[in-house]
Amino acid sequence: MMSALEIKELAISRGGRPLFQGLNLNLSAGQACALTGRNGSGKTSLLRAIAGLLSADTGEIGFGEQDPDQARRTEIHLVGHADGLKSGQTARDELAFWTRWSGGNLSSLDSAIDRLDIRRLLDLEVRRLSAGQKRRLALARLLAAPRTLWLLDEPLSPLDSVWRTRFGEMMSDHLGSGGMIVAAIHDPLPIPAQVLEINP
Amino acid sequence: MSLAWELLKRETALSWGRGGGPLVSAGFYLGVATLLPLAAGPEPARLAAVAPGVAWVTLALATLLGLDRLFERDYEDGALDLLTLSPLPLEFVCALKCLGQWLATGLPLALAAPITEIALGGSPTLAPLVLVSALVGGLAFAFASGIGAALSLGARRGGLLTAVIVLPLFTPPVIFGGGALDAFASGLPWSAGFVLLCAYAAAAIALGPLAMAAACRNALS
Repeated sequence: MMSALEIKELAISRGGRPLFQGLNLNLSAGQACALTGRNGSGKTSLLRAIAGLLSADTGEIGFGEQDPDQARRTEIHLVGHADGLKSGQTARDELAFWTRWSGGNLSSLDSAIDRLDIRRLLDLEVRRLSAGQKRRLALARLLAAPRTLWLLDEPLSPLDSVWRTRFGEMMSDHLGSGGMIVAAIHDPLPIPAQVLEINP
Repeated sequence: MSLAWELLKRETALSWGRGGGPLVSAGFYLGVATLLPLAAGPEPARLAAVAPGVAWVTLALATLLGLDRLFERDYEDGALDLLTLSPLPLEFVCALKCLGQWLATGLPLALAAPITEIALGGSPTLAPLVLVSALVGGLAFAFASGIGAALSLGARRGGLLTAVIVLPLFTPPVIFGGGALDAFASGLPWSAGFVLLCAYAAAAIALGPLAMAAACRNALS
């Protein structure tokens, strides 16, 4: 299991424009980090760099003792702006596929469905769901297929106040079980977290 | 392996929805079989002479159905990010996506190819070779076209760019397959063209996913 996230002197640029440089972050099991900053400051790019989807100009990203490639394939969940859901598929098919793809099983899926209250949505096509319902569907795979590090890009934005609170409880549970969270946010994160402001 | 099977099932179903399936294939060939006599004249001898080549070129062009969405939709809706964060190498994921595309589009087209060839007046003795060539050639087309689909990821008017990239890659299999069919119909040795077609398909299957994965990583970054 991944024991830590260590970022040292990271620099990232996009389209020839430097976003940030000299960025450092250390996260241990049970800790969360809230990334803040203006639009375009590089929060999403940092999350994608941690996930290995984007190359850094300089610096290092480590995952404790674990091999980075292995960690990214088996220990990281990414919830980006887009939920990765196919509009023509049913919610049930999408959830089942992404759960298995992320290493979960259908028995763990059942409790995730109840916790996110999406059982009545399962037979609907994804295109019929609201933005908040789609986000809950995407978040269900985090619970159904446990992985240590959650990378969340604006996870709360489509959720109403009730579900913001409930997802806060789910994040607390994840940290309590030794997980880690890095979340790019504009609103306050409903859990204790160190704040890393990019390009203050 | 079960993960690969899950992805293959999903990709086949999604490709089916993107323009694959037997009805679309049958409709495509039906259109060709209807339009060709109108354009080239109804003389049976003339149609019979071009029937194998027409069936073959139709297969190549029909492969472009839904091709521009092979990676683009995953790129737009974030699924490509999630597919990358998996125990399966991205190269293998790309190969499975192409295989799913072939199962949904190429396989029905290959099964319909000999029927079209006979419907246009071609020799029934040629039909088995048309079928086998279409099966092998369809794989070559699917994996070669996947390179174009991946390279055009994120580009404006990506569908047009995909066709521009892909059509030159189709030239060798069209020549090899068409040559084998023409040689067979003329009573000449045909195996060389067919073997070259198989070699091209093998190369496309082996090397195509490497290029696709590199193009996908570049687009994601």
